Amino acid sequence: MAKLKTVDQPLTENNVTSESLFKNRRNILKSMGFVGAGALLTTPQSSTAFSLFGDDPQFQTRALPHKKNSNYIASDAITSEAKATSYNNFYEFGTGKDDPKDNAQGLTVDPWSLIVDGEVEKPLKLDYDALYNSFDIEERIYRFRCVEAWSMVIPWLGFPLHKLLNKALPTSKARYVAFETLYRPEEMPGQKSRFVGGGIDYPYVEGLRLDEAMHPLTLMSVGLYGKTLPPQNGAPIRLVVPWKYGFKSIKSVVRIRLTSTQPANTWNILQPREYGFYANVNPKVSHPRWSQATERRLGSGGLLGSQRIATQAFNGYSEVASLYKDLDLSKYF
Amino acid sequence: MILRVTPKSIVQLKIVIHVTNLAFILTWYYWAFTDALGADPVKALIHFTGMGAINLLLLTLLVSPIARFTRQPQWIKIRRLLGLYSFTWAVLHLSNYVVFDLQLAFDTLLEDIIKRPYITVGFSAFLILTSLAVTSPRAMQRTLGKRWQKLHNLIYPASLLVILHFIWSVKSFDPEPILYALLLLLMLSTRFKVVQQRLFSKSAGRQK
Ligand code: HEM
Repeated sequence: MAKLKTVDQPLTENNVTSESLFKNRRNILKSMGFVGAGALLTTPQSSTAFSLFGDDPQFQTRALPHKKNSNYIASDAITSEAKATSYNNFYEFGTGKDDPKDNAQGLTVDPWSLIVDGEVEKPLKLDYDALYNSFDIEERIYRFRCVEAWSMVIPWLGFPLHKLLNKALPTSKARYVAFETLYRPEEMPGQKSRFVGGGIDYPYVEGLRLDEAMHPLTLMSVGLYGKTLPPQNGAPIRLVVPWKYGFKSIKSVVRIRLTSTQPANTWNILQPREYGFYANVNPKVSHPRWSQATERRLGSGGLLGSQRIATQAFNGYSEVASLYKDLDLSKYF
Repeated sequence: MILRVTPKSIVQLKIVIHVTNLAFILTWYYWAFTDALGADPVKALIHFTGMGAINLLLLTLLVSPIARFTRQPQWIKIRRLLGLYSFTWAVLHLSNYVVFDLQLAFDTLLEDIIKRPYITVGFSAFLILTSLAVTSPRAMQRTLGKRWQKLHNLIYPASLLVILHFIWSVKSFDPEPILYALLLLLMLSTRFKVVQQRLFSKSAGRQK
């Protein structure tokens, strides 16, 4: 067996590269064309050309009043904010990990409308302000495990999904919950062009069983690191299901529909052999591309700043195991 | 208007090849260690060295068509160096994966080579490149005689394996590996007699 280290080094200011320095170097590389020949194709012209000559207008986030939920505090070192907000899978803005930060800054989030409908007695519509006012905002520190075998530890702000669903009163027919991301090709270059968006049919959709959606761990997040969400992390509101692979945690949600049948989910549509509906973190079931037995924890710092650690069943959230006691997890992966 | 290749320009070209490759390698590792390569410097390095290996491989394959097209066989003199740099990048690529990504979990490496098709293919290509690098000195060429050319023709299957590795390494549709695949097929096609006659006989004058 390989030696596995645990992550316990503290996060210090010096570990975090000054953002502008980092950006500068990237722009130099970009202008020389070394970020890959395909960058020309995969990055929208306007934003590339723009960023060569200075800073793009940045999306403005703001501090969000919240209470810390002491049930969900960090046992591991928290990932640096700079990393969590610059390394994202959000194919609506391009398939590269740094594309969302580069290309999402112009996303309009106010006005917003989040609809809750389907098998409910009281369909709801939350506007931009209601996302922040309707429920108490709490901070929860969760481990976040990507299917690509890397992980982070992130302080989210938000409210449990069950509070929202209970307000809409699910009918007795409701058994699943379907989620949908914003569809706005004018602001999302990946939706405009197959070449940018990885060939996905948008809008991005996800789904949960009703009992998963009602679980106290399941969070609707409206912020991280004490502030509202930046667009690359799914502004203004996104799902966070910490015991499932990251692709389940759908971003920039506009619609939540309760259904009686199992809804489709985007990655499963794209590659049914590789991505299932459940997508529970499971070190015993490997993906065709990645052994899931271990993961690389992105903490802070350079080449030696990440550590390979053992992956835990349900990402360490063993309290959800009872939801699946009758399910063959190697078949329903 | 094609540059005449003299022994002096070969030396100059070799210097350029050394300097560019070493400069890239040193800068990128410097940036990686000083946290200037984004949120995941490990991934960034694996990506960059992989691209370096494939780019140099394509350049290596480009040498003999150029020599033929320009009717200046001296070009061949830079081929070995380009090939060795392709191998160097591939060694760095694999080392990054093993040292910084897997963090020396050799059992995982073994599992990857057996179970992950894109790594199986990449590893096969790596074995071929290794055997070509080892047998690249002139002395080896002399010892192996006729078998040397046979062995070194493995560069073609190796390049196809590398492209397959590239295509399979991406999760969803990405135009970049497809572009590389087309480029490689185009270059390999210049090895066929029919294409050669069409392509080279015009510029090479009426030799037939
Ligand atoms: C045992 C041998 C090899 C291993 C373990 C290996 C591993 C990898 C890994 C882990 C990736 C990144 C996939 C991802 O994005 O998740 C990759 C990509 C790549 N590799 Fe390899 N590789 C090997 C051999 C080679 C060779 C011999 C070449 C070229 C001569 C090569 C060229 C590339 C290229 C061009 C990419 C795509 C760049 C990218 O998208 O990151 N690899 N390889």
